[in-house]
Formats: sequence, structure tokens, C-alpha cells
Amino acid sequence: MHVVEMRQITKQFGDVIANDRVEFQLKRGEIHALLGENGAGKTTLMRILFGLYREDSGEVIVDDQPVRIGSPKDAIALGIGMVTQHFALVPPFSVAENVIMGYRDSLSMDMKAIEAEVASSAKKFTIEIDPSAIVRHLSVGQKQRVEILKALFREARVLILDEPTAVLVPQEVDALFDILRNLREQGISVIFISHKLNEVMAISDRVTVLRDGRAISTIDTSSTTPSELAKMMVGRETFGVTRQGEAVADQPILQVERLCADDGRGLQALKDISFVVNSGEILGIAGVGGNGQKELAETLCGTRQPTSGGILVRDKQMSGASPSEMTAAGLGRVPEDRHAGMVGELTVADNMVMEHLSRFTKRGMLDRKAIKNYTDQLIEQFQIKAKPSDRARTLSGGNMQKLLLARVLANQPDVLIAPQPTRGLDVGATEYVHNQLLEQRQRGAAVLLISEDLDEILALSDRIAVVYEGEIVGVLPVHDADIERLGLMMSGVIKENKDAVPQI
Amino acid sequence: MPFPKFRLEKTGAPMWFRGLIPVITLVLTFILTSGLIIWGKANPFEAYYYFLIDPLAGRVSFLEVLVKSTPLILTGIAVTVAFVAGYYNIGAEGQLYAGALAAAWLGTVLEGVSTPVAILVMVSGGFIAGMIWALIPALLRVYLNVDEVVTTLLTNSIILFIISAILNGPWRDPQSGWPQSPEIAEAARLPQLAERSRLHFGFVIALVAVAVIWFILTRTGFGLKLRAVGLGKEGARFAGIQVKRTMLLAALISGGLAGIAGYVEVAGIQYHLIGELSPGYGYTGIIIATMGGLNALAVAASGLFFGLVETGAQTVSRALGVPVYLGEITQATMLLVILGMFLLQRYRIRRV
Ligand SMILES: Nc1ncnc2c1ncn2[C@@H]1O[C@H](COP(=O)(O)OP(=O)(O)O)[C@@H](O)[C@H]1O
Ligand SMILES: [Mg+2]
Repeated sequence: MHVVEMRQITKQFGDVIANDRVEFQLKRGEIHALLGENGAGKTTLMRILFGLYREDSGEVIVDDQPVRIGSPKDAIALGIGMVTQHFALVPPFSVAENVIMGYRDSLSMDMKAIEAEVASSAKKFTIEIDPSAIVRHLSVGQKQRVEILKALFREARVLILDEPTAVLVPQEVDALFDILRNLREQGISVIFISHKLNEVMAISDRVTVLRDGRAISTIDTSSTTPSELAKMMVGRETFGVTRQGEAVADQPILQVERLCADDGRGLQALKDISFVVNSGEILGIAGVGGNGQKELAETLCGTRQPTSGGILVRDKQMSGASPSEMTAAGLGRVPEDRHAGMVGELTVADNMVMEHLSRFTKRGMLDRKAIKNYTDQLIEQFQIKAKPSDRARTLSGGNMQKLLLARVLANQPDVLIAPQPTRGLDVGATEYVHNQLLEQRQRGAAVLLISEDLDEILALSDRIAVVYEGEIVGVLPVHDADIERLGLMMSGVIKENKDAVPQI
Repeated sequence: MPFPKFRLEKTGAPMWFRGLIPVITLVLTFILTSGLIIWGKANPFEAYYYFLIDPLAGRVSFLEVLVKSTPLILTGIAVTVAFVAGYYNIGAEGQLYAGALAAAWLGTVLEGVSTPVAILVMVSGGFIAGMIWALIPALLRVYLNVDEVVTTLLTNSIILFIISAILNGPWRDPQSGWPQSPEIAEAARLPQLAERSRLHFGFVIALVAVAVIWFILTRTGFGLKLRAVGLGKEGARFAGIQVKRTMLLAALISGGLAGIAGYVEVAGIQYHLIGELSPGYGYTGIIIATMGGLNALAVAASGLFFGLVETGAQTVSRALGVPVYLGEITQATMLLVILGMFLLQRYRIRRV
């Protein structure tokens, strides 16, 4: 008998199928990992179970009864609790107040009695927390414990944790795992969402792997290996592009030296990253999403300031330069998020010339004719399906990407930074982008391809560097790389070539 | 599901609907305010006739509409420049007073110069004063990310206190004891444009400002940068546009234009500075800029329209005996309706 069963769950967002006929079964008193890359559909599936989304089709069964979970309130009544990636706590309130809030709202509340009750509940579940502490003063790990306690206090028998370790330091992870093991002993079922293989291996009894919205398989953790899981998690059909010949890589064009940078929250995201990209080669940066790729791309593009380290473009120190200085130095870049790289409300033509506005103005005045001609020419050359006067936001994803590529490649940059250049594109557009990158390589540009798609990395790169938690854990020539080995490096199970500056 | 499901979908409004927006706005405003007019014991149709049509019928009242719209066009265009760049300058009112203060001072020292020189000096003076008053909130916004809506609003009351202190102190009229600055010199006054009317050269200045801003926004590289920053900071930054610098410039130009509005009121109408120089032109400028859709020419048109509303409010109260506040209520209602229209035109309700 299962506590929760999800049958043939399908959920679509616009064109994206986030969950495609997913089957999921949860036993009583097990820790069940939900493993998958970013965007695999893990959060969506669990939000359906917690009543935050409504499935398009499929069935949810709790204790062998089909149920309709229309809101978190319904879920809580069924004994399902969820700790989301963003906490829902009231900072000025105490732990005890946060725990009972919305659950028991009588007008007069005896805080002493409530605190005692919360304390005893915390003790029962071995959660170390002071009920009278003010939430604002707590660390992230402690806040997470409050969220867990909140769910348990509402008598949850099923506890969903969405990437709970993403915000924790290693010691806090250990403490969390102790709590989870204890909950399992008390018969509570835990759903543990993660994309980190080693954590899944360490804590879970069973694993369900999601990939591209589909449940690939559910297996006992003890009967599998990290490399098998890695394969299930990332394996996709390969693309039909081929590189021509060995790289003629001879001259270092982009040199990154001991680069460090923080993420938006001020935590270190890049730790002493060093690598070299030569002319006429593609260096692929592989890694599971959220391991510093975004920060690396932004730092190289000049939109994020490094905290230390060097970025050399043709031996010229560019660390800390602005985006326009980067462009002037011969560094071309497409943005990770297409929408963030252009101004959607402006026209295609405006966006096309925005990077080099001075070339299209005469004494401060826009040279409309030159702009129109230039745009027409690039639209034709890059086969963009749009008119110069269209608003950029009306373009399809593929055409937006073409617009951004055209803007950059028209200037024949020495270096091309391409973070996730094919994310969300259809097969045709993907192939187009791949061919453009290979063409740049052929022309002698140094191309840095950052991608979470291993097949893309394997198909295009001459060398592959793997990032894990903001560090380069290894650099391999493409002929030494296979999916399994890369998968293990990507999940931090093995680190090799700690001296990551490549030798050719 | 027991009830049909609806979904709000984000789409652009079709072109024919956009053209209808001003008409719908007027009709809705009319319907919403009719109740009040009836309550004031007047006929709404008659009231609206005196409100919107009668002022345009006579020469004097028509010129008065232009007089009223002069500062409104200037504050409207000032707010436009800032809003286009995504800088929400709510401080045009204060910047107007800064410009007025500069004009009141310059007007007393510019004895005996020629009119063109006086205009040039005082336009610059008003512009610079407005710019200076806009500088601190702009710097706070650009470098420390302090919300400009709050700071520009606060600086509005600060300048009013400063002016009140000056008018009750050094500039207090020695004979009458009124808190008003000394009269500005003849040479500093803006020339009249028509007989038996208050219409002055400031109206031309306002039109020139509109033309210049229209040209900058639509025809220059700087204008494209302003629009890019306002419509998508991230994309603009990625393309190498200096977002902070651009926003700062927009804020300063905006302040300067509002300063000119203060100058034309002092040098064209009052000839001295008083604490009640503006009945909220700076705030009305926000409504005007919004109603003009941040398009310089449409903003000028909407400034004229608000000049009509202000004039009409007096006509209607004189003719029908309803309070002048009706004009203000109409303006406020219109703003709410416009905001609603702008919001709603981006959505469409779909049955799913
Ligand atoms: N509210 C939403 N609106 C549109 N698309 C969504 C929404 N939530 C998720 N998606 C899309 O559904 C897919 C699965 O997302 P998600 O469930 O968050 O994946 P995961 O948690 O495994 O990283 C992604 O492509 C994501 O962009
Ligand atoms: Mg997720």
C-alpha cells in the first residue's frame, strides 16, 4: 500500500510540457528522492501534489482514495506538507508564532502554552530550535527547520522538501539528514527533491528520476550507482552536427585566471576559476545548472563584477570592464536569458544596432537609413523571420536567438561567449545555432560554450571543462570524455585535474 | 468544475481599440462624475458643455486655455522625459518651485538688459535650478538604489518650506508685509502675445520644449538610449548602454524642464514669487504625461486638454454655481480611468 500515488500526471505551461504522464508512488516511512536536471519537472509535480498547481490530467491517490487537491489547505488536511524553495515565514514573528500561524487562529492566544507545545513537538521530531526566537534573527538553515516544523506541527505524514540543500552549508546538510532519518523512523514519508547525485545516494531509500517532464524510472537506491543515475538524468538523443577536423587551436585568446565572483545574495559563486580558450576552438563548460555557470557568463560579459582574478582578452586585462568595453575589446556575447539581452518593447532594428550605437549616429542623430539597411542585411544573412520594424518581443525564441547572434557575429568577435545558447529552442533552431558556433570556430574565434546539455557539449566542444559548486573540477579533451565520467564529475563525485589550466 | 473558468491573457490591444481609448476615457469619466454633478443640482450635459465646449467658443477664454496649459505642457513634458527612461520623477512640483525661485532672483538683477538676453539667461537659470533640485534624489536612486518616488516626493515639501522661509524672511514685502518676492524687472518679464489676454511668450517656450524633446526621443541616439533604459534595463545594460548615466541625465533634464515651468509662471504671469505659485502643476504633469502615453506630441495635446479642463472648471462653476472642485474631481477621475485603461488594454479575458 502506498501513502501517495500519482498516476499519469500531465501538466503543460504554454508549449512546455512540464510533466508528461508521470507515475509516482510513495511508501510509508521512506525517503524518496526525486532526481532530475533543472527544468525536469520536479517542482511542478510536487506543486501539484501540494495543491499549488492543478494537473491537466491524471489522478492523485492518497491512502487508496482518489482525491482532489485544490489548494494547500486540502493538501494539509490530507497530511501533506511542503517546504518550498522560498520560505514563507514572517520575519518579525517568533518561531512559535510562525509555526501556529494560519493553523490555529483563536483570538486570544496563550503564548507560553503555545511555545511549550511547539517545543515539545520540536523535541519529538529532534528539531533543534528555540520557539521564542525571532525568525528574522535565524540563519537560513534554522529557518528551514522552522518550515519543516510548521509542516509537522500540522500533522504531516508526507513531507515534501524542494531542493532543501541548495541553501545550506555542508554541516547544515548533515544536520538536516539526521532530522530526515529520524522522521523516517517515526513513519513519516519524505520526498527529497535534488539534482545532486551524492546527496541522493546518501539519504534516499528509493529514487525516481525525471527527465524532460517524464519519469524515467524508480529504483532502490541500494541497487543503483551514481553513474547509472547520472546516465538516466542526462541521457538524451544526440544531435546531428559534426565538427570538421581537429581544432587548429594555437593561440590563447581568452585567458581566465583565478576568477572569483559572488552571486546575487553575496555568497561566493565562482571559486578560483582558471581556463584558457584558444583561437579556433570551442571550450565547453559542462555542469548541472546552478553551479556557477550563470555567474561565470555574466562576469565574462561584464554585467557582473568579479571579486578577484583576471580576464585577459588577447593579453589585455579586462577584469571588471563594462559591457561596452568588453565589446570594444573584441568579446562578443549572447545572453543566457534571451529576453534579458534585448529590449523587447523596442524594434528589431533598434535592438540590432544598440550595441554599436555610435556607428549609426551622425552628430548624435540616428542614421535611420543606415540602420534599416544594416538590419535588412543581417535579417537576410541570418535568416531571421522578422521585419526591422517588428517589436523584438514578438519574435519566436529561435528568431530572438538569431537576432542576438546576428548582432554579435556581424562584428566578427575574437571571443564568443555562448551561455545556454539553445535552451528552449526547437530542433531546427538548435541546429542553426550549433552551425553558427562551429562556423565561428572555423573562422578562428575562441568560443566558450556553457551548457547544461551534455550532448551539446560533447558534439561541439574541442575540450570540456566541468564546473561543480563554482569550481572547475576537471578539463578533458573531447575524445577522453564520455557521458558517465562527465556525469560523475558534474555531480561532484570525482574531481580530477585539480590543476585546471589545460595543457595542449 | 461547477463554474466556467476564465483566464486573463496578456496580449497587446488591437490598433482600433487604442484609437478609441481617449473616447472611452471621456465617456467613462462623464458617467462616473455625472452623479456628483446631479448631486450638485446641475444638469451633467449642460455642465460638460460649459466644461469642455464653452471655453473654446470665445477668444478670451480660448487664449486663457493656452495660458493655463503653458505650465502644464512643460511639467508634462518634464515628467515624460523621466518616465521614458524609467525614472519615476514625482518631484516636478518641487523642481518647478526651484526654477521659480531662480527666476524671481534673476528677475531682480537683470535690470536693463534686452528681452532676448533676459529670456536666454532666465530659461537657463530656471533649467539649472530645476536640475540642481532634481540632482540629489537622482544620485540617491542611481548610486544607492533609493526609491526615487519617495525622495522626489519628499523634496517637494522641502522646497516649499525653503521658499516660505525666504518669502517670510529676506524677501518679505517691506510695505505690505506680504510673503512675496520683489517684483521682477520689466526687462525680465515675458512679452505678451495678444491684447487683452494673459497669453505670454512662455507658451512658445513650452512648444519649443515639446519639439526639442520630441526630436531627442525619436531621432537621436541618446533618445534611443533613454527609451532602451526605460523599457528594459537589463537588455540595455547587456548591450553596453550606461544605464546609470542615462537615467541620471533623464532625471536632470526632467528637473530642468520643470524648472522652466516655474520660470514662465513667475516671468509671464505673477512677476514675483509667491508660495501658491502652482496649484499642483507638477502633479498634474504626471497625469498629462501618462495620458499622452509618453509621446511628446500627445503629451502636448493632453497638456492643452488639461488647460481646457482647468479653464472649464471655472466657467462651469460661474455658470451653474457648482464648486470649482468639480474640475479637480474630474481630473482625478480621468486619471484613474486612464490608468485602468492602460492596464486593461494589455489583457484579454478568455474562457478556458
Ligand atoms: N509557472 C510556470 N509557468 C510556465 N512554465 C513553467 C512554470 N513552472 C514551471 N515551468 C516550466 O516547466 C518546466 C519544469 O519546471 P520545474 O518543475 O520547475 O523543473 P525542476 O523543478 O525540475 O527544475 C520548465 O521548463 C519550466 O520552465
Ligand atoms: Mg525546481
